[in-house]
Amino acid sequence: MPRSYQDLLASAREQVPEVQVPDLAARNAAGDGPLVIDVREQHEWDQGHIPGSVHIPRSFLESRIAGVARPDTEVVLSCASGQRSLLAGITLREMGYETVSSLAGGFQRWKQSGQEYQVPQMLTPSQRSRYSRHILIPEIGEAGQIKLLNSKALLIGAGGLGSPAAFYLAAAGVGTIGLVDDDVVEASNLQRQIIHTTDRVGMNKGDSARIAIEALNPDVTVNTYPFRVDKENVLNLISDYDVIIDGTDNFPTRYLMSDASLMTRVPLIHASILRFEGHASTFLPYDGPCYRCLFPEPPPPDLAPSCGEAGVLGVLCGVMGNIMATEAIKVLLGIGEPLSGRLLIYDALDMGFTELKIRRDPDCPGCGPNAQLEFRDYEAWCAGVGAHTAAAVAGA
Amino acid sequence: MSTVRIPPVLRQATGGEREITVAGATVSEALDSLYEQHPAVRAQLQTPEGDLHKFVNLYLNDEDVRLLSWLDTEVADGDTLLILPAMAGG
Repeated sequence: MPRSYQDLLASAREQVPEVQVPDLAARNAAGDGPLVIDVREQHEWDQGHIPGSVHIPRSFLESRIAGVARPDTEVVLSCASGQRSLLAGITLREMGYETVSSLAGGFQRWKQSGQEYQVPQMLTPSQRSRYSRHILIPEIGEAGQIKLLNSKALLIGAGGLGSPAAFYLAAAGVGTIGLVDDDVVEASNLQRQIIHTTDRVGMNKGDSARIAIEALNPDVTVNTYPFRVDKENVLNLISDYDVIIDGTDNFPTRYLMSDASLMTRVPLIHASILRFEGHASTFLPYDGPCYRCLFPEPPPPDLAPSCGEAGVLGVLCGVMGNIMATEAIKVLLGIGEPLSGRLLIYDALDMGFTELKIRRDPDCPGCGPNAQLEFRDYEAWCAGVGAHTAAAVAGA
Repeated sequence: MSTVRIPPVLRQATGGEREITVAGATVSEALDSLYEQHPAVRAQLQTPEGDLHKFVNLYLNDEDVRLLSWLDTEVADGDTLLILPAMAGG
């Protein structure tokens, strides 16, 4: 005998208990709320939903439920008015979910009764297409992509490391990219600094990178700072950003950035390169070791040649710059295991990766418990005033 | 026997060699064995008084020897001693 929609609802109502809005709200407020699964369609969810609820359209309920709830998880299903959620409840009961109920009156009643609700920030259709390969990754998803679009990364140096890092971060949709570089593009940069081009030789590196980034991804806002970072301007520069990517070419700036990262508690992604070898680490202020725990003192200039003096394999910059970009994305999204407390050494000739343990130094003058952290004269210190007469080397 | 890995900036002192096989049961003895084979390395790593420069990091396998027993740290057959100077290039 045929059964009408009303018959199905009545039958569902007998099998799936209903929860009232005030009861669910009270449990949520007490921090004791059940898992709320919203079974409406995407466009309905996008217009607002119960805070903390999980979205699984009803047509995907059977295939996706195991990813969010076990059969013994208490689940409250929600839809627009409390009817689709009743029918969805039957499905979950058939799948062995024991404590399933349906929100009476659904999201409409929730909203009408003055409960708080969230309207999610949305990706546009073109953004959904552009970032689709990210959105497919469970650890990123649409929420992660929105987070990246709202994130701000500051790159110190738009050279060997900064070029690939900035390029990939821009492609990834990191919404604001700051580029600090007072240098201009030179022909000898182009073997590795892939964000620049032959016709932009002579242009400031930040301005040149801006052209490449804007052509690649219009979602990204580029801020350029055509000057050298120093102890007078560094705190102002950093304060707007969520992560710092240190791709500088000299020790004074590296120690300055380490101290500034500790002062502002902004994570610092580190890499350095020479010839066929690269180092990388991620310094999470006061959560892991800092640069000075690893290298308490800089080497004298004669033991620290720059790439301009000793050379560097161009593609090495791509590997190390993209390790930095990867670390930055992980830190921004809060996923995975950052390279904190570890120094990764890449030897391109051996094609070998070595990992060293870095411990927090209890006597560290940067992050130790007795540290009196203040800016110093980094240029003089790194030049080894007294011991060495040569100035700290610089140059990419 | 153990292996000392030579960083790029010190390879001039080892005639371009990247890994040196050394004898010795401690870090100190392993370094002496390295200096014997490549005397020019000594001046790069040590002060005139014979102490290691503060900017020289030494790792036995993946651990900083400062956190082990420094120069007295025991070195076993097959261990790798890695000399790690900071690099600034970017």
